[in-house]
Amino acid sequence: MIKIRKLKKSFGKLEVLKSIDLDLSQSECIGLIGPNGCGKTTLFKSILNMVIPTQGEILVNNKSIYGNDIYRENIGFMPQIGRYPENMSIGQVLSTLKSLRPQTKNFDMDLFNQYEIPRLLNKKMGTLSGGTRQKISAVLAFMFNPAILMLDEPTAGLDPLSAEILKDKIQLEKNKGKLVLITSHLLSELDDMVSEVIFMQEGNVTFHKKYTTLMLETKEHTLAKAITHVLKTT
Amino acid sequence: MQNIYVLILFLLFSLSTSAAKVLYVGEKQQFNAIKPAIESAMDGDSVIVMGGFYKEGNIVINKSISLIGVNRPIIDGDRRYEVITIKKDFVSISGFKIQHSGYATLDDPGGIKINGANHVTITNNILYDNFFGVYIQMGKHCLIKNNKISAISKAEQQIGNGIHCWKSDSLQIIGNEISGHRDGIYFEFVTHSVVWRNLSHDNIRYGLHFMFSNDDSYFTNYFKQNGAGVAVMFTKNVTMMNNTFEDNWGDAAYGLLLKEISDSNISGNRFINNTTGIYMEGTSRIWLDKNLFRENGWGIKIMASCMDNSLRKNDFYSNSFDVSTNGNVVLNHFEGNYWDRYHGYDLNKDGIGDVTYHPLSMFGVVVEKMPSAMLLHRSFFITLLDNSEKVLPSLTPSNFEDKFPSIKPSLI
Amino acid sequence: MSKIGHLVLIDIFKNKIVLIYAIVLLIITWSVFMLEDTSGKGLLTLLNVVLLVVPLMSLLFSTIYLYNSAEFIELLVSQPVKRQQIWLSLYFGLSLSLAGAFVVATIIPLLLFCSLAQALMMTITGFAVTLVFISLGFVASIVSRDKAKGIGIAILMWLYFALLFDGLVLFLLFQFAEYPIEKPMVILSIFSPLDLARINNLMQMDAAALMGYTGAVFKQYFGSGLGLYITGFAMLLWVIVPLFISTRIFKRRDL
Repeated sequence: MIKIRKLKKSFGKLEVLKSIDLDLSQSECIGLIGPNGCGKTTLFKSILNMVIPTQGEILVNNKSIYGNDIYRENIGFMPQIGRYPENMSIGQVLSTLKSLRPQTKNFDMDLFNQYEIPRLLNKKMGTLSGGTRQKISAVLAFMFNPAILMLDEPTAGLDPLSAEILKDKIQLEKNKGKLVLITSHLLSELDDMVSEVIFMQEGNVTFHKKYTTLMLETKEHTLAKAITHVLKTT
Repeated sequence: MQNIYVLILFLLFSLSTSAAKVLYVGEKQQFNAIKPAIESAMDGDSVIVMGGFYKEGNIVINKSISLIGVNRPIIDGDRRYEVITIKKDFVSISGFKIQHSGYATLDDPGGIKINGANHVTITNNILYDNFFGVYIQMGKHCLIKNNKISAISKAEQQIGNGIHCWKSDSLQIIGNEISGHRDGIYFEFVTHSVVWRNLSHDNIRYGLHFMFSNDDSYFTNYFKQNGAGVAVMFTKNVTMMNNTFEDNWGDAAYGLLLKEISDSNISGNRFINNTTGIYMEGTSRIWLDKNLFRENGWGIKIMASCMDNSLRKNDFYSNSFDVSTNGNVVLNHFEGNYWDRYHGYDLNKDGIGDVTYHPLSMFGVVVEKMPSAMLLHRSFFITLLDNSEKVLPSLTPSNFEDKFPSIKPSLI
Repeated sequence: MSKIGHLVLIDIFKNKIVLIYAIVLLIITWSVFMLEDTSGKGLLTLLNVVLLVVPLMSLLFSTIYLYNSAEFIELLVSQPVKRQQIWLSLYFGLSLSLAGAFVVATIIPLLLFCSLAQALMMTITGFAVTLVFISLGFVASIVSRDKAKGIGIAILMWLYFALLFDGLVLFLLFQFAEYPIEKPMVILSIFSPLDLARINNLMQMDAAALMGYTGAVFKQYFGSGLGLYITGFAMLLWVIVPLFISTRIFKRRDL
């Protein structure tokens, strides 16, 4: 579904991505992890074309993403920090974003209803708590039924109940055949969600493995321990 | 009604004195034209012209008669002739509408021309669309009063002056309204004359223009919206009091242009909304006091060629530039004027500011040196610069000052 | 485009600062015309507002708004929309709301107290100055990722156009005082949108005679229809060129 070929990115002299090659296929929930500054955010943003790479290319559904804005119809993005125009109501933001994706016919309103957004529709964005804004971000990511979901620290800031709702939703979408890409610092969160793990260090992909394979190889039971194991042995 | 009284008066007059006759001109009257009536008249007679339209070419008055119009008779010059020419002393003309004189020929045709005659009285006439309105050459003791003189404005060369006076003496020009001519009132070599309570507006060049005319006085006249304002040149001993110079806006318009004049007194005048209130060049020993300068581009421009002028107790309000000069040497004296830009204090409450005021603005000086700098007029930068210059004069002559600025305006 | 623009427009109209801006303008405009004894003086005061307050507000507000909207802009970029479209929509929303605030706040007293030509000139220049300086604000916000630096750049721009440029002109005037510099001066004024605004407004006032008095070229040029066309065209360039530059940078920028 997403093919990344020899992707390089440097900011000035700093090389953030050093020739990344990845194949991400559908019906997977992939955890993108790594220490701070390893380049995972840059990779994430590269797929969304927020960061323009120095070299290499990215294909979504076998089409290059450059000079092609339509491909993002297939992507639902949930940013780490959602900030919206302060004086707008939730309803206005939702309708504006709807108007940007006129192709979508079947809206996925699961999260919208589960988070009880309907009764908040007239609230102004500026008055919302961080958690509620995060819910809105989640609703926006899932609402358009995209084939690819890109979630940046999705559970950060959410209360446990809401986080659980989101996790279930992620599982559901993965099983429907979607590709879900998640970054998170909370490795324990990822354990019961991800089917694949990409681990990055200093701009390189250290490994890209099935979750089960990783556990077998390291003989560990949790992602956190498995990663520690890998770091120790290399 | 009034006309009937006049008639009765003249009838009585003619009955009592056998010497002076009254001749009537008009339909069903003794004469049906003016010229034959004048021909039959003797010195001292009156010719009464009834309302009507008279087109008789050039009417020459060579007898001391009174020509009186009743019910505003119209005398038309057919755009070919000088309408009335007066060549004898003690002639009076009143009550007519005199129109369409000849144009732009060599002999300067006018609605009424006084040619070498004294004690002529021109009152209550309407002079409309004439080349010159009233033209006086070599006349003495003439009175031009309460006439309305107007012309349809054309280019400067195609129109003469409203009241044109040349080589005359002891004239009285009173209460006339003059508009649309080249110069409203024009004096050249005219002496001992008075111009009082006239309204001169919308003339193409100057509202009042006088040259080489000494010992004249101008009181309470109103000069408004003239192409170039009022010009006084090559003259001395002139008194100008209580006149108003207003709305003379234009690239080269002045409220009052003074050039080569000396020993004169200009006081109590109001200069409002002119490009330049007073422009002074080569003037000396002039007293300017208690004048008001309001909303002019420049209040007063004093060129370096001026000296020994004294400016006292004038009020300066809302002018873009109060005073401007092109020289560095200050030979004129400012004292006790009111400046609305003055921010000094008066501790002893004697009405005189305790701090010397420098009326020159830096930008004014710059513009005088480099007119192109006007492009920066009202720019924020210039405002800042002007204010710093006020605190620390560097470009403006520091002795250009009013040592005793008045705290309160003296006029309003 | 219109949808995002619409959103920004509504957002800004509900913004307290814009509301205060509009109210302050309203108060200033009414009070200058009520307090000054002539409408000419009021108009001059208002001109100073247009030359100082409006550009500063336009620059600072647009710059800060863009920095504060960084995350929302990211979200918009992740949608299937062209970046250019997002950027221009933001410009559209910002300029329409600020320029609208100016026009709404000033138009009634202007029409009441001034001649139609003066009122129109003041309104149009206020509108244009807003557009120009928002366009410049977009440049200020895109050249630096640091908010403080971006605001600093915006303030420097304001200082340059409101103050330093005229100082530069005066300096050049002194340097080339011996040469016929009227025409070059006229051309030079095209390089400052605020000078264009100031001179064109002065030409509608009594001060026109002062300009004509000192230089026929000024009056010939600025007083004529051609001058108005050139001024309008120059203002348009002042809107388009910075907007074009910032759009180009935004299109290739890493967010």
